[in-house]
Amino acid sequence: MSEQLDLTKLIFGRLSWEAIPFHEPILLVTFAAVLLGGLALVGVLFYFKLWTYLWKEWFTSIDHKKIGIMYMILGIIMLLRGFADALMMRAQQAIAFGDNAGFLPPHHYDQIFTAHGVIMIFFVAMPLVTGLMNFVVPLQIGARDVAFPFLNNFSFWMTTSGAVLLMASLFVGEFARTGWLAYPPLSGIAQSPDVGVDYYIWALQIAGVGTLLSGVNLLATIVKMRAPGMGLMKMPIFTWTALCTNVLIVAAFPVLTAVLALLSLDRYAGFNFFTNDFGGNSMMYVNLIWIWGHPEVYILILPLFGVFSEVVSTFSRKRLFGYASMVYATVVITVLSYLVWLHHFFTMGSGASVNSFFGITTMIISIPTGAKIFNWLFTMYRGRIKFEVPMLWTVGFMVTFVIGGMTGVMLAVPPADFVLHNSLFLIAHFHNVIIGGVPKAFGYKLDPFWGKCSFWFWLIGFWVAFAPLYVLGFMGVTRRMSHFTDPSLQIWFQIAAVGAVLIALGIASFLIQLVVSFRNREALRDHTGDPWDGRTLEWATSSPPPAYNFAFTPEIHEGDAWWQMKQRNYKRPSEGFTPIHMPKNTGAGIILAGISTVLGFALIWHMWLLAGISFAALLIVTIVHTFNYKRDYYIPAEDVLRVETERTRLLAQYV
Amino acid sequence: MSNSHAIPATGDASSPDNLRFYVPGEHHVENATGLGFWLYLMSDCLIFACLFAVHGVLGRSYAAGPSGADLFDLPLVAINTSMLLLSSITYGFAMIEMRRKRVNAVLGWLALTGLLGAVFIGLELYEFAHLIHEGATPQRSAFLSSFFTLVGTHGLHVSFGIIWLVTLMFQVKRHGLIAENRRRLACLSMFWHFLDVVWIGVFTFVYLMGVLP
Repeated sequence: MSEQLDLTKLIFGRLSWEAIPFHEPILLVTFAAVLLGGLALVGVLFYFKLWTYLWKEWFTSIDHKKIGIMYMILGIIMLLRGFADALMMRAQQAIAFGDNAGFLPPHHYDQIFTAHGVIMIFFVAMPLVTGLMNFVVPLQIGARDVAFPFLNNFSFWMTTSGAVLLMASLFVGEFARTGWLAYPPLSGIAQSPDVGVDYYIWALQIAGVGTLLSGVNLLATIVKMRAPGMGLMKMPIFTWTALCTNVLIVAAFPVLTAVLALLSLDRYAGFNFFTNDFGGNSMMYVNLIWIWGHPEVYILILPLFGVFSEVVSTFSRKRLFGYASMVYATVVITVLSYLVWLHHFFTMGSGASVNSFFGITTMIISIPTGAKIFNWLFTMYRGRIKFEVPMLWTVGFMVTFVIGGMTGVMLAVPPADFVLHNSLFLIAHFHNVIIGGVPKAFGYKLDPFWGKCSFWFWLIGFWVAFAPLYVLGFMGVTRRMSHFTDPSLQIWFQIAAVGAVLIALGIASFLIQLVVSFRNREALRDHTGDPWDGRTLEWATSSPPPAYNFAFTPEIHEGDAWWQMKQRNYKRPSEGFTPIHMPKNTGAGIILAGISTVLGFALIWHMWLLAGISFAALLIVTIVHTFNYKRDYYIPAEDVLRVETERTRLLAQYV
Repeated sequence: MSNSHAIPATGDASSPDNLRFYVPGEHHVENATGLGFWLYLMSDCLIFACLFAVHGVLGRSYAAGPSGADLFDLPLVAINTSMLLLSSITYGFAMIEMRRKRVNAVLGWLALTGLLGAVFIGLELYEFAHLIHEGATPQRSAFLSSFFTLVGTHGLHVSFGIIWLVTLMFQVKRHGLIAENRRRLACLSMFWHFLDVVWIGVFTFVYLMGVLP
């Protein structure tokens, strides 16, 4: 009998029917809906025989443009999940006063706010940023692809694998109840003995591998693969911000990997890094996680600074004001972001001098950031501004960001500050990113009406949702509460809930915009590749760009390369094409990431047998992959000629 | 502004100073593997930096358990260190032979390198087993947690290096010293020397300074 039990334990670990949340109607209904939706999707894909197409053209693709789009799709899907969490939190806080306990029990509420933070940062913001950089950077620097195309595909699937694990926690077992940074000792094995924190650890570790590798990849791409003539100070400003972002990624994510590894040793093997006894020190965890965490905030915002710079300059039809100062400001922010981590826990008790150092560095960061705002304003000054949707977002961002930044300088430490960071930086403004990038990606512009709806819902909703939290923060209300006793506070939470609903309408408008634009794609079609009279190289090629991006590698003489080419009456070459050397697709990335997901799941549930097998499989598949030496092919010159002639015809017809 | 719209139609290419806007023919980009691998190593270096920092904080938190002075067998660790340093030298010889394009000599030096690495790992495992047997387990104190993690992480890296090295030996044997394999040998070389440098840090900060009163 006991032998049989051991065998069950070896195979299934801690997993049993108890782990499926039958007793939670909300989860059960969600699960049923997801299951039905998933089955319907799979059915549709089989019905239209799309699996082969998806596998060949997308899943195994190492084309940086397709990987970029897949990142963004992942980000949008996870946005819906993360936002559903936000709505539930706002609803709970709006009703749970006095005798009313709300509809969420505390242990469920705690999982929701943890999942919300983790999802929004790691699986919404990061994929959107990485996806955009992936798509745009090689085009802006005149390259055919990134430096390591296979690695790029692998990185994407590792990120997805982390997202899959996180989603699995919704239906099998539970997620962490510790807040998005999982501070010990709460996240230690004594206080959180169940699988929640393990889901957290392995989802982030696996996704972290992807993020780190994509950082290395883009960094090497920008350093090594710029078109001839493009010196560092002639790079488009977005590429500059992408460069700094990836420096931050490469220099910050290893710290996260290390600290999570230490936490897992504490949890799995009884080590004493962050425990309260045997000499452990939990404040060390807080220090380490913020050494990663603060640069992470800048990883998310820096590329957006780049986007706004490009948008402002294009829609004001002027060269960006103060290019050099913009570059230096970006670099200074990059360096300073490593010297401020302690401002997240001034209350640690590290003494006056340490706190002053970090307080001062924090304030200094506002200087380069302010320089950026002024540069944007001066770019707009006397420009011919066109208020299309991307420009609206940019101006909305500037107003919101200045106010947010000022409260940041005031160091309003209560919950307002935290909520502000998460939301202002991330949610509202990543939206902008998507809107800007889409025409290039799909070959048609987006419908402006729904775009404007989305913008106004977001902007107003954002303020309605978060301004009350400022007020509450000043009253001393602490965050992460599932229930309140003071009825005078209720009205503020109700207002915030209304704001959340407005943002939901904003997201809905955005989705409607995508659908409407897809249906009207013929009318909105962009034949020129340059719908807004752009200034940098990505607008020099067609929309969507061909697999090889540029038939001939461009040569650069000036910062706004494409603008100069237009000014000088540049004529596209129509003959003399040569075969183009390209990397081949491979399924190794998705297979490796799939095995990693299994490995992560096995480790979470202590299924040691499965963990061992999947780890061995991971090693073997990696080794087998390295024995494949035939990784590239040539696009024949005739194919290039055909594609380019078609584009010449379209240009002649529509311009 | 208006004239900028009419370009493709008019197509007058005679700009005054004849700037060339594209590279005719195939443009060869520099290979980025060296830089990329270097960046990866630096990120790995940061993982070690964290572990060193943690050891800096917890290195004296004995929790009334044994200290470094009680536990460390310096002569054994010195022998171990010399194994790893020697393996770096033998890897260097392999790279020299690679330049001379002598496949068998490369394979010979690589085998010796792998052997020295394996001896290093063997001695380390012996040391760990001995400590655990004496009751100095990683669960005993924060100092020991940190010790086992830092030294063990380095050991894991060396073990993966050995797996990589054996794989690469098969590949060199099958395909010879082609460009891809030379690149891979150069990457593994950086990895191997990197682990050597890290070990010098471990030896100094963990062992030598650990036995100080």
